[in-house]
Amino acid sequence: MEKVTRIESATVVMPQTDIDTDQIMPARFLTTTTKEGLGDAAFSDWRYDDDGKPIPDFPLNRPGAAGSKVLVAGNNFGCGSSREHAPWGIVDFGFRAVISTQIADIFRNNSLKNGLVPVIVPDDVHAWLLANPGAKVTVDVASKTLTLPDGRSVEFPLDGFSQHCLLEGVDQLGYLQSQDAAIDQFEKARSWQP
Amino acid sequence: MSGQTLFEKVWQDHIVVPESDANPAVLYIDLHLIHEVTTPQAFDVLRERGLPVRRPDLTLATMDHSTPTVPVPTLGDLDIVAEPAAAGQIRQMIDNCNEFGIALEGFESQHRGIVHVIGPELGATQPGKTMVCGDSHSSTHGAFGALAFGIGSTEVGHVLATQTLLQRRPKTMAINITGTLKPGVGAKDVVLALIGQIGVDGGVGHVMEYRGSVIRSLSMEQRMTICNMTIEGGARAGMIAPDDTTVQYLSGRPRVPQGADWDAAVARWLALPSDDDAHFDREVSLDVSKLAPQVTFGTNPGMVVPVTGHIPADTGDLSFRKALDYMGLEAGQAMIGTPVDVVFVGSCTNSRLSDLRETAAVLKGRKVSGQVRMLVVPGSQSIKQQAEAEGLDKIFTAAGAEWREAGCSMCLGMNGDVVPPGKLCVSTSNRNFEGRQGVGARTVLASPQTAAAAAIAGSIADPRELTNH
Repeated sequence: MEKVTRIESATVVMPQTDIDTDQIMPARFLTTTTKEGLGDAAFSDWRYDDDGKPIPDFPLNRPGAAGSKVLVAGNNFGCGSSREHAPWGIVDFGFRAVISTQIADIFRNNSLKNGLVPVIVPDDVHAWLLANPGAKVTVDVASKTLTLPDGRSVEFPLDGFSQHCLLEGVDQLGYLQSQDAAIDQFEKARSWQP
Repeated sequence: MSGQTLFEKVWQDHIVVPESDANPAVLYIDLHLIHEVTTPQAFDVLRERGLPVRRPDLTLATMDHSTPTVPVPTLGDLDIVAEPAAAGQIRQMIDNCNEFGIALEGFESQHRGIVHVIGPELGATQPGKTMVCGDSHSSTHGAFGALAFGIGSTEVGHVLATQTLLQRRPKTMAINITGTLKPGVGAKDVVLALIGQIGVDGGVGHVMEYRGSVIRSLSMEQRMTICNMTIEGGARAGMIAPDDTTVQYLSGRPRVPQGADWDAAVARWLALPSDDDAHFDREVSLDVSKLAPQVTFGTNPGMVVPVTGHIPADTGDLSFRKALDYMGLEAGQAMIGTPVDVVFVGSCTNSRLSDLRETAAVLKGRKVSGQVRMLVVPGSQSIKQQAEAEGLDKIFTAAGAEWREAGCSMCLGMNGDVVPPGKLCVSTSNRNFEGRQGVGARTVLASPQTAAAAAIAGSIADPRELTNH
């Protein structure tokens, strides 16, 4: 995984609450057997009209969205299906951080495996971000802070291990493999076998 | 010191390396369920790194999501009945299982079916196990007192390679279901009402335990329906303490322990319920005494009203308006009488034999409305066989419904079974998200009885008027 340390970008804002992973990546794109190229499919049903043309009004189609690295979304982003195709698509589009007041558990876990930083902020900061699309913000993983254009900073929750994995680009499978002896021991010592 | 919850007992029993401030716990996984949609990228990672699957014997593989629900007599027929991408994904699943030595419940197997249906059916789902799958409805297996949750494809790779996951311990939430259910009201109505109460984000960060006399009175199939939709309330997993109902359900199933091991397992299982003095981080109560059959009106499972009720008044909320606009419904309108185009009975929520029996009880001697297409899709090939042995298939087809092979089907519309744009489907599945059942499709979630009543009326109807209630 690529290292993620500091993200400076204008935001793209999608204010709806409870944006589920079926919106982020509709099921018909899940027949793919690779991770690549899902950025074009992200938010497909909201983003394109019946003829497949971009809807100019949709946030991802507005000028500047293509270069943005920070998505601001309504509360409870990423609920629903566990499909990792959702963060794959968001990352492939170019985002490196998602800001909301709450992010669904499975989506959050999947994001952290793909270098997408989940940033949870208080209601007042969230309200300001929703009202100011395109605001230039900075997400700093080392200090776990989000900095707004006026210089105000808020800390966001990120456990030490996830922070370390983002900063160093740690491969979590490699980490689990290094626990092999402990896993062997657990399998031998347990009182019942599954 | 207070006692332990069911969750804590199962969690504690699977710690390979304890959690610390610096590191999450390494949690052992007793059963990994895999299917064709969320595994190809995970197998690729193993291949790239030259890693084997650590415990093929603890891996249960099937094909359900993009799999056709019309017969596939030979693999060659797949290309005729499935989209090329779906056919390719299914072939890749077969190849991956062969290459990595995993037994697959494939087209030739009587046990093929929806992954969350076949685990319990085979007796592979057991109390006290940790179980995961690249599918959020893994929460279903919690009905047995297993700790079961959905994961992404990267974590599927972690479990394939190491049989473990890195996990932070979630919080606990007790859901106390009290009162007495009225006739004609069931598990689906209970869980829809609960999600309506707590909201689709009500359980984020928590493992729920469903408790109380109502839960005790439910069959395993009903308990599975409730635990299945736990994820729709945002929770990581839902659990129900094992009891005699659990043990009786599992007794004699192919993959349960045998002989003396069975007795030891039962003793271990019956010690799992939360201690009387166990502490939960949160508690929620729901009295179901006055509960009516429930239906959703919006685009998430928390937007729910009694079938006899009205859509709430417009508060000006952006997501509420967007939902009603998508559904083609008005704030304040009655749900009964809303025209219906499609009815789907199936999915990991409601495709078990009891669901099919309930559907048949409403359909028997009646006809599906001429304007409605009704699809009945059993959860597994084995359920299909049992239903046919009871003659349920004849009731469905005589009423004018289609009777299919097992699969996820129209729940997520990956296999060609889709609801056309703008059409309204009353569905026994779990998600009414925009486009879930097909681009532009409109979904109303309901119980099998309510779905069957809608099929006959051609509009949303109170099932109690068609049954003896």
